[in-house]
Amino acid sequence: MKDLGETLLRKEPFSEIVIGNTAIVRALVESGLRSVTAYPGSPTPEIADAIAAIPADRRPFRFEFSVNEKVALEVAFGSALAGRPSAVFFKSVGLNVAADSFVQLPLLDIPGGLVVILGDDPGANSSQNEQDNRHYARMSYMPLLEPASAQEAYDMFKTAARLAARHRTAVILRLTTHVCHAKEKVDFEALPPAFPRPAWAFDPERENYIPLAATVFPLKRRALERLAAIGRDPEALGTNFVEGSGSRRGVITAGTAWLSLRDALEETKPGSERPDVLKLGLVHPLPRDAVLAFLRAREEVKVLEELDPVLETEIKALAYDEGLSTRILGKRGVEDLMGECVPAKVRDILSGTWPDLFDAPRPAPLPASAAPRPPQMCPGCGHRSAFYAIKRALSPGDVTVADIGCHTLGYLPPYRMGGVLLSMGHSTSTASGLSIFREGRRVVCFLGDSTFFHAGMPGIVNAVYNGHEVLLVVMENGTTAMTGHQDHPGTGRSFNGPAPKLSVRAALEGLGVKNIREVDAYRQAELTALVREALAEPGFKVIIARHPCMLKLTREARRRAGAAWKVRQVRVDPDTCVKNHECIERFACPSFQAREGGAVEVSRDLCIGDGSCRQTCPAGALVQDKEEGR
Amino acid sequence: MTDRFDIYIAGVGGQGIGLLSEALIRAADAAGLTARGCDTHGLAQRGGSVASHVRIGSRCHSALVSEGSADLVVALEIHEAVSAGRAYLKEGGTLVWCDASWQPLAVRLGTERPAEVSDVEEVAALRRGRAVRVPADAVPDPRMQNTAVLAAICREGLVPGLGLEHARTALTDLMSGPALEANLRLLA
Repeated sequence: MKDLGETLLRKEPFSEIVIGNTAIVRALVESGLRSVTAYPGSPTPEIADAIAAIPADRRPFRFEFSVNEKVALEVAFGSALAGRPSAVFFKSVGLNVAADSFVQLPLLDIPGGLVVILGDDPGANSSQNEQDNRHYARMSYMPLLEPASAQEAYDMFKTAARLAARHRTAVILRLTTHVCHAKEKVDFEALPPAFPRPAWAFDPERENYIPLAATVFPLKRRALERLAAIGRDPEALGTNFVEGSGSRRGVITAGTAWLSLRDALEETKPGSERPDVLKLGLVHPLPRDAVLAFLRAREEVKVLEELDPVLETEIKALAYDEGLSTRILGKRGVEDLMGECVPAKVRDILSGTWPDLFDAPRPAPLPASAAPRPPQMCPGCGHRSAFYAIKRALSPGDVTVADIGCHTLGYLPPYRMGGVLLSMGHSTSTASGLSIFREGRRVVCFLGDSTFFHAGMPGIVNAVYNGHEVLLVVMENGTTAMTGHQDHPGTGRSFNGPAPKLSVRAALEGLGVKNIREVDAYRQAELTALVREALAEPGFKVIIARHPCMLKLTREARRRAGAAWKVRQVRVDPDTCVKNHECIERFACPSFQAREGGAVEVSRDLCIGDGSCRQTCPAGALVQDKEEGR
Repeated sequence: MTDRFDIYIAGVGGQGIGLLSEALIRAADAAGLTARGCDTHGLAQRGGSVASHVRIGSRCHSALVSEGSADLVVALEIHEAVSAGRAYLKEGGTLVWCDASWQPLAVRLGTERPAEVSDVEEVAALRRGRAVRVPADAVPDPRMQNTAVLAAICREGLVPGLGLEHARTALTDLMSGPALEANLRLLA
């Protein structure tokens, strides 16, 4: 599959090996979507990569990266209000940002239908928590479908889009990290013939869109009735199925836990009593009749679900109300509430439930012996220079506050910069609260440029307005680096091409910040001096420490240069080196490698020739020779 | 032919294990086998340990390989070979590894010792399996170490049913131009 874009637009049915996120894009095309929005966040950004692979002039829907998840949701909602089938996608914690508008969706009549694709992250693979967004479905009366694999992600998106359009509402498609990123051969259907152009549908004269005091109740009643109707919709119920034939034991499960269960059941002892399985696609509203029928026919039923006991609580209540004698087995402790339901974990849960199922012990790892390898800032990263320089200006006891972005990695040794993290854009406000009781400590916080536009500005406005004594360092690298180099309002480009380039400095000035300094983060001595200066001044102040993302810059330059690519790699001159280890232990670029007898060498694989390390060596032993091909 | 063959691939973000796992899945598909898998995406790619899972055969359901269960552990770096081998290699399994070294932070800071060849061999011995070493020096470009390892896997027949011709088909499906030619030379 060389050309993903062409593949995604094929007219005839086909099979292709893809990840779940890519499969979703074919489903968007087949479902006649007209407007799709997003904010980048793992595990979902590869949906946009696949959208980008379709040439813009042949893309059947409009796509944008909005400035944050709430805005993305509102743009998609507006398009659906206009009568166009629409979708929005973002990561788990993005729903917290979007929640204020999200919870209103079921109250309103949405003529085009809206699918909200959530990338939950059990296991916290790439997130600050592993929150279970099924709770949001219950809280807002919104139906939720949960696929287990790439094939199901494709199938269930199409179901979700049809349900949303038919019931004129919003439907959640809840993905998890290992559905988004699981790769398998997916069977795709034929592309439907051209979709009719939907008519404008928003009519506030005919339909109430203003939930206000007493008018909330008819809207809420309709939301509850619509949720119940979806719970009876044969297409929604068609996402559930039963495997097995009449065991007195059963398991009710959903999502990737089902695949892990199938793996575990491959290992059961011959002759043991294997449980039957009710696998749910429709997780909210709970398919009551299917669950009751499954419970009635069995003596013991285990509810196997990742994270919180959402299904378990409802199923137990249902069985109680119906007076069933079936024994329902749920979560047994803190461990059951944590982490992904990977095959080994599910096997342990199952053998704890029915010890007779397995005879051989589960294979176990050998204890670890090699050093772990946490993620780190890349060679040449401007954030490394910035943290190294800022740290020199601080005193013991000074307080630093992190935010979300690659610069969060400054928390790791040896920098130890940024001591607390809540969420996107929290840093200025958390720092403000700390600064009220600073007692001589100075308070410094960090914020990336993409996050500045996402959720950073209200905290800054507040710091100006309420006069907080904080230094904010904007770590401006000109991209949304951590999630894969997406554009943002400060880059001069949007997903769809050239766009107005919003200046962080002009925005700060517009917000009333009077004390602003700017410096290239590679100018370490100057940055150190500016931090010292700024910290001696009263009130709220900002330093913009700017350097382009070197991973992006180097990749692009290398792509342009091809075989002619040359770099001036750094080398340690052994005659000048005094082995004081400033380079390897405090500046700590990953290119520096420890050698016998305290010597330091620069890795030929890793050095990008940026030279930002050279100023850190007091002996001047870091040298750059002539350019070499690599 | 096998109904379950589990491969765990480990490396450092930036080494290109995504291409290696994609090539293995497509090579298995070209050989008429069912294959599925999963890569690390997101923040961990920034110079941290990354892993890909590849599962071949009709009795594989989840995309994830379990600890202590991998028939084949593939590592593109020596510290990752030790960590991944200890965590994932099964009794009698094979550990194929490229001897490149990118020291983890603790080694660079001098608080832990670097991994050595004997550490990798110890893992294979503890699991009563074998280790196959692929020299990094023999590869013209560090970005092609992944293909060199793929070539070693197919040449040594480390995945049942998978040969060099399947790997060539897979790469031809994924790349083009001079990059494809350079990589195909390693699979000759």
